[in-house]
Amino acid sequence: MTRLVIWGKTYEIQSAPGRRLSEVLRDELNLKSVKVGCDAGDCGACTVLVDGAQVCACLVPVAQADGATIETLETAEPDLAKTLQAAFLDHGAAQCGICTPGMMMAAMELLRANSTPSRREVEDALGGVLCRCTGYAKIVDAVVGLAPRAARANGHAVGVPLRRLDGQPKVDGSEVFGADAGPAEALLVRAVRAPHFHAQFRFGDLGAWVASTGVLKVLTAQDIPGQNRFGVIPPLADQPALAEDTARFLGEAVALVVGPADVVEPLDLSTFPVDWEPLDHAMTEADGPTAPLLHDARDGNVLIKGRVASGDPEGALAQSAHVAEGRFQTSYVEHAYIEPEAGVAWMDGDTLVIHACTQAPIMDRDDTALVLGLPQDKVRIVPTAAGGGFGAKLDLSVQPLIGLAAMVTGQPCRMVYTRNESMRASTKRHPGTMAARIGADAEGRVTGMVFDGDFNTGAYASWGPTVATRVPVHASGPYRTPNYRAEARAIHTNGPTAGAFRGFGVPQAAIMQELLYDDLAAKCGIDRLAFRRINAFVDGDKTPSGQTLASVGMLECLDALAPAWERALAEAAAHGNGPTRRGVGIASCWYGCGNTALPNPSTIRIGITPDGRLRLHQGATDIGQGANTVIAQIAADALGLSIEAVELVGPDTGVTPDCGKTSASRQTFITGRAAEAAGRALRAEILRHTNFSDAAVLSLAGATLTATENGKTQVIELGAANAQGYALMAEETYDPPTTVLDADGQGTPYALYGFGAQIAEVEVDLALGTTRVLKMTAAHDVGRAINPLLAEGQIEGGIAQGLGLALMEEFLPGRTENLHDYLIPTVGDMPEITSILIEKPDPEGPMGAKGLGEHVLIPTAPAILNAIRHATGANLTKAPALPHRVRAAIGAAEFEANSGPKSDTDFAETASVSGAVSVSETGTPHGS
Amino acid sequence: MSTEDIYHRPTTLSQALEALAETPFRIAAGCTDLFPATERKVLQGPVLDITGIGELRGISHGPDGVTMGATTTWRDVIEADLPPAFDGLKLAAREVGARQIQARGTLAGNLCNASPAADGVPPLLTLDAVVELASLRGTRQLPLSDFLKGPRDVDRAPDEIVTRLHIPAKATEGQGFFLKLGARKYLVISIAMTAARIVLKDGIVQDAALAIGACSPVATRLPKAEAALIGQPLDVARITGDLIEPVLAPIDDARADAGYRRGTATELLRRTLAPLTPERAA
Repeated sequence: MTRLVIWGKTYEIQSAPGRRLSEVLRDELNLKSVKVGCDAGDCGACTVLVDGAQVCACLVPVAQADGATIETLETAEPDLAKTLQAAFLDHGAAQCGICTPGMMMAAMELLRANSTPSRREVEDALGGVLCRCTGYAKIVDAVVGLAPRAARANGHAVGVPLRRLDGQPKVDGSEVFGADAGPAEALLVRAVRAPHFHAQFRFGDLGAWVASTGVLKVLTAQDIPGQNRFGVIPPLADQPALAEDTARFLGEAVALVVGPADVVEPLDLSTFPVDWEPLDHAMTEADGPTAPLLHDARDGNVLIKGRVASGDPEGALAQSAHVAEGRFQTSYVEHAYIEPEAGVAWMDGDTLVIHACTQAPIMDRDDTALVLGLPQDKVRIVPTAAGGGFGAKLDLSVQPLIGLAAMVTGQPCRMVYTRNESMRASTKRHPGTMAARIGADAEGRVTGMVFDGDFNTGAYASWGPTVATRVPVHASGPYRTPNYRAEARAIHTNGPTAGAFRGFGVPQAAIMQELLYDDLAAKCGIDRLAFRRINAFVDGDKTPSGQTLASVGMLECLDALAPAWERALAEAAAHGNGPTRRGVGIASCWYGCGNTALPNPSTIRIGITPDGRLRLHQGATDIGQGANTVIAQIAADALGLSIEAVELVGPDTGVTPDCGKTSASRQTFITGRAAEAAGRALRAEILRHTNFSDAAVLSLAGATLTATENGKTQVIELGAANAQGYALMAEETYDPPTTVLDADGQGTPYALYGFGAQIAEVEVDLALGTTRVLKMTAAHDVGRAINPLLAEGQIEGGIAQGLGLALMEEFLPGRTENLHDYLIPTVGDMPEITSILIEKPDPEGPMGAKGLGEHVLIPTAPAILNAIRHATGANLTKAPALPHRVRAAIGAAEFEANSGPKSDTDFAETASVSGAVSVSETGTPHGS
Repeated sequence: MSTEDIYHRPTTLSQALEALAETPFRIAAGCTDLFPATERKVLQGPVLDITGIGELRGISHGPDGVTMGATTTWRDVIEADLPPAFDGLKLAAREVGARQIQARGTLAGNLCNASPAADGVPPLLTLDAVVELASLRGTRQLPLSDFLKGPRDVDRAPDEIVTRLHIPAKATEGQGFFLKLGARKYLVISIAMTAARIVLKDGIVQDAALAIGACSPVATRLPKAEAALIGQPLDVARITGDLIEPVLAPIDDARADAGYRRGTATELLRRTLAPLTPERAA
C-alpha cells in the first residue's frame, strides 16, 4: 500500500505501485491541475513537488512517492500560490494555461529557497517546463516579481491592459481542458494507427480479438453511418475518419477500440488483428508529382495551384539594375501545443454532445454530423479550454471518433491522444521549396518579382488550399511590387497532412522574399532598413492583387525600429571579429485578416436578463490568444457599460451563435466588429426606452439599468424574457467585404491587413555554428491595441515560434514524434523582446483594430536568418538553421571569400541610416 | 497476478539480489528512461525498484577514493562536496534534462541505459570510474569503459545489480570540466559533449584524462590526445584533429550530421581544456 501526504493528510493509494504518479494524482485524487503533455519528462506540464523538489509526476512510479509529501497547484501552500496566481494574471503570464500549473510548481520550489531570484535563476528553475504560447518572458516577469502590468478598466475598457477575464481558472489549476472533461466512468477509446507511410490493410478476426481482450467494441470504417469523408474545405473533402482499405500516412487511424478504461488502457495494440501490405511512398514535394496518385482526379498529386499576377514581371526583371535570385527550403513544423487532443462525448437524448479542445466548434459540428449521418442540430460541440492550437486544432481530431463510439455504445466515451499519436495524426506546417527573383532599379525601388513555391501538403487536403492561395497574395511582402507573378502548388505526399499553422505558408514565403531583400539592398548599396522603407506600402498603394490599401502602418513600424537598428548595428560591429560574431537582421510582415476571398461571418449576441445580468455570447474560441477578453472589451465599450458587468457565455454551439473559427487572425477584427455592432445595437435598444441621446451614460447596478444625461437619470424597466432569456437583446453579424479572385489573383482577398517588422540580434559561434538570439525588437501596427498586455503576449509568443522555425524545429516523419527529438524553444532560448505597438486605425476594423495573431510570427525567422548572414556571411538555404547547417554555410562562405574577388553582395551598412528614416508622428508607440 | 504486474521494492540489497536470482526483473531506479520508453500508464513488470535500498544512495569519501551509490541522483552530485576533479561531473549533472530529471535520474541508471549521448559518461570516464556489480554469486568490479559495450548494451548479467561507482584516489586529483553541445538550452540531447580532467604541477601537465560522447557508439577516452598533453605546459593548440578524429565514428541523426560532429569535436575539446589552463583557472 502506498501512502501519499497531501496538505497534511495521508491518502492510501489503491493504484498499482508502478503507476505514474501523474495518473494517480489526476484519476484517484482528482488533482487535475497536474497536466499530462508527453508522459516522457519532456514538457514538464505535470511538474509537482515531491518533498519540496520539482519532479515530472509522469516519471515517478507512485511507489517511489510512498510516504512523501506531494504538492500540486491545488494543494500547495495557499499564500505562495495566491501570490503567484496574482502575478501571473497581472503579467499576462498564462495564455492557454496548460503549462501554468507546472510552471508555478517549478517556481515555488525556487521561491521557497530564494524569494528574490534573478532572471537567470528563474530560467534555471523553469527550464524543464515548456510553454508554446507566451515566449516565456511574461512568466519570468511574474516569477521575479516585477511590478504588475495589468490595470483596471476606468470608464472604458478598450486600450486598457486588463487581466484576461478567463484567467482565474488557468492560474488556479481548475481550468477544464480536453482530458479533464466528462465523467470519470466514461469508456476509453483508443485508435489503431497505421505503422507505415502508405499501406493497404485487411482486418483479421475482430470478433475473436474482442472476445480475448474483453474490450466492448471494435469500430472500423464500416461502422461509420454517414459520409466517411471530411475536410475543412467541403468541395475538397477527402479525409476518412477511419481509413478504408488504404492508409495514406504514418499514424492514420484505421480502427477504434472501445471499452472500460482498465481494460483498454493497458492493451498492447500491436496485437490488433490487421495485416499490412506496405506500398511505395513519396515524402517530399519534389517526389510527389511523379508518385502514384493519392487521390483520383488530382493529376500529378497537385491538390491545388494558387496564382497572383500583375504587370510584366519578366520584362521588369530584364530591365532591372539589380536582380537577386535564390532558393529556399523549409521543413515540416509541428504545432507542439502542450495539450494533446482530447475530449469526451455522450448522447443527451438524441443529441450527440462533444466536449473537446478545438479552434472551430461550428466546423467540428458540421463535419462530425456529416461523418456520423446526423442532422447538424443533433450534434452539440462544447469546446473545452484548448491547451494551445496554433492552427492544428482547426481540423477534426477526436470528435468523430468519440462521437461514433458514444453513438454505438450509448455510453460516455473519452479519448486522449498520446504525444506520439498527437504528433503523428495532427497537421503540420507545410514544408516549402521556393525559388524567387526580385529586381530593383538603381535607386533601390523594387521593379518586379517572380515567386514559385511547391508546398508539401501531405496525405489529405486539410488547409492546403488556403496555403496555396495565401502565399501568392502575400509573397511580395508588404512592399510595392508593380510587376509580379507568384505561383504556389500544394502537392500530396505520404507525409503527415500539412494544414493550418499560424501564417498559412506566409512565414515560409517571407523567408524567401526577405533574404532576397538583403541581397538587393547590398547590390544597391543601401542600408537594409532604408531599402525596405523605400519600398514599403503606404496608404493608397495597390497590392499585387490590385487591392488599394486603406491603412498601412509599415513606415511607422520601420521608423519605430530605426533607433534599435542603429544601436544594434553599432553593437554588432563593436563586438569585433572573434570566435563569435554578432549580426543584425530585419524583416517585415503583412497579413490579410480573415478568410481569403471567402465569406466568414461572425455573429454576436448580447443581452440583459430580467434580473439585470449582462451576458455576452462570445463564440470566438479562446485558445489562449485572448478573444474572451478582447471581444468583451469591445462589446462593453460599444454598449457603454462596465466590462466588470459582462458575463461570458462560451462558444457552445448549443447556446452561442457562430463566430467562425479561431484562425486567420480574424477574431479581433471580424468577431470584434460583430461585438461592436451588437454592443451599439443593444445600446440603441436601451436608449429607445428613454428620451436621451446617444451621449447618455448607462449604468447597471444589480437589477437596475439606468441612463443619465444632462443630470437626469432614467431607470429602464427590464421586462419579460424573450425566447433567449433576455429582457433586452441584440444580435449582429459582420462579414468582411471581400471579392473572389480572378485567374490572375486579382480582387479583394481581405478587407483588412495588419503590418509589422522585427529586428533580430544574434551571436553566432563560428566554429560550432550555434546561434544565440540576443534580442528581438518588434514593431507591429495593430490599428488599435484593444488590450496592450495581450497584444504583447501575442508578439512574444509568435517570436518564440518564429525562433523555433528559424533555428531548431524540423519534424521528420517517423523519427521525431516526441518532444525530445522534436525541439521547441525553452525558457533558456528566448531573447529579450521589446514590443512596440503602432496604432494606425483601419476604417474597417472595430475601433480601428487589426488582427495580430499570425503577423507576429512572420518576420521572426527571416530576421534571424538575415542576422546570421550579417554576422557570418553564411548563405543558408534551408530552415531550420541547425548548428551543422550554419557551420556548413559558414564554411562555404569562407571558401568563397578566400577563393575569388569580393562579390557585390557585401553588406553596405557602414553608412549611417539616420538620414533615411525619421520617426513618424502618426503612429502611437506603446510599451517599452 | 501476471508477472507484468509484479512490482518489488525491497529495502536491502540482499533482498534485491535474492529476488533477482529468482526472476529476471527489470531494474528500476529514477525511471527517467524507463517511463519515456513506454506509453503505458503503469511500468511493465516484473519490476525491481532499487530506490528503497538506502545503502545504494549517497557519496562517501575514503582514502582509496570516492564512492557513489548506484541510485545517487544528479541533484545529489550537484549538491555534494566534491574535489575540483569532479567539476566536470557536476557540470554534466546540471545538463541532464532539467531540474525535474536531475532530481530523479540516477548515476547507475544513466550508465545502464547506455545511450551514446549519456551526459554522465564522459566525465565519469575522465574520473577512471570503476563499476561495481553485485549478485548472489558475489561482487565484481570493472572499468566503466569495459562496462559500456555498445549502444544500449552493458556488461551486466541478468542477476546482477550495479551497486556503486568508485573513483580511485588518483583520479580525484586535478581539475575537471565539461561542455555540452546541443541545439537548445535545457532538456536537450547532446549533439556532442566533451569532458576533461587535468592534473597540473608547476604548470606542467602531470596527468590528462579526456573523453568525448555522442560521437561514437559509446563515449570514449582519447588516449592520443591525452599523451600529447602530458609532460608539457597545458596548451589547447596541442589538441589537433588527427589525435581525435580517428577515434570517432559519428552518425547522421536528426540533431546533426556525422561530418559536423567530426569537425567540431576538436574545437569542443579545446574549449573544454581552455578553462583549465593556469592563466584561465587563476
